[in-house]
Amino acid sequence: MKFSVTVTLKKDVLDPQGKVVQNTLMNIGLNLRNIRQGKYFEIEIDEKDQAKARENVDQMCRKLLVNLIIEDYKIDKL
Amino acid sequence: MKSSVIVFPGSNCDRDIAIALKKMNFKNQMVWHKETKLPKSDLIVLPGGFSYGDYLRSGAIAGKSLIIDEVIQAANNGCLILGICNGFQILTETGLLKGTLLRNKDLKFINKDIRVKVVNNETKFTNKYKKNEVLKINIAHNEGNFFTGGAHLKELQENNLIAFKYCDEKGNIDDQSNPNGSLENIAGIYNLKKNILGMMPHPERMVDKLISNTDGVNLFSSLLN
Repeated sequence: MKFSVTVTLKKDVLDPQGKVVQNTLMNIGLNLRNIRQGKYFEIEIDEKDQAKARENVDQMCRKLLVNLIIEDYKIDKL
Repeated sequence: MKSSVIVFPGSNCDRDIAIALKKMNFKNQMVWHKETKLPKSDLIVLPGGFSYGDYLRSGAIAGKSLIIDEVIQAANNGCLILGICNGFQILTETGLLKGTLLRNKDLKFINKDIRVKVVNNETKFTNKYKKNEVLKINIAHNEGNFFTGGAHLKELQENNLIAFKYCDEKGNIDDQSNPNGSLENIAGIYNLKKNILGMMPHPERMVDKLISNTDGVNLFSSLLN
């Protein structure tokens, strides 16, 4: 079973990298209101039960993949 | 006093701190991260460097290494823990210290001698310094921008858990003297029991007049006091 995890900085946390990307996009004439940079993981696990599998991925997020002080995450089934 | 320096793949200040500890007459041992038994220690140091190449987040992978369970247990039993630079990042990733270290505000790696003020001089780590003493000390990091939630910041302020703040030569703490964007100019913090200190500046680089200054010496002599 395959899941994706998208990790993004929380709304109140400064994203200086995102700001630089935004400025660069605007400098080359591509206008946008706002951009936030994040991380993306694809995770394959052997669990057949979808609820259990999702719980396992959630545990991976909370234990290592995500710093819960500054980041939010979203799990999607692929 | 017995000390242990934990060495991770990518640590690069481990020998600097070992030299500083030896100079200050600590009985030091180097401990590889794959060890599962920690030698009896009064002080454990997590050194600076780029453990695991800063993969995922600085300190995230080192924070899950085999020896860390022992470090956490020792910390909970009151052992003194000093995390410098990457060591500070590892301490936040293990949860021994709250908060986190974000990328520097201007996105640049900063390596320079800056000034910090000793905010609390009544701890095992700083009792040989004067209160509000200004130290000239080296920083060398890309992720030193301290950040934490409002509740933790309040806890830090109310319990006098801020160890050092970035300042200028005269001791002024303001935006101009904040090299990396840290919340409240914070350069180092303690846990509630004040047996754990995490700091971005490198005191081990300031123990020899020949190569820098001796502003870091009192941190080690405080520990021996």
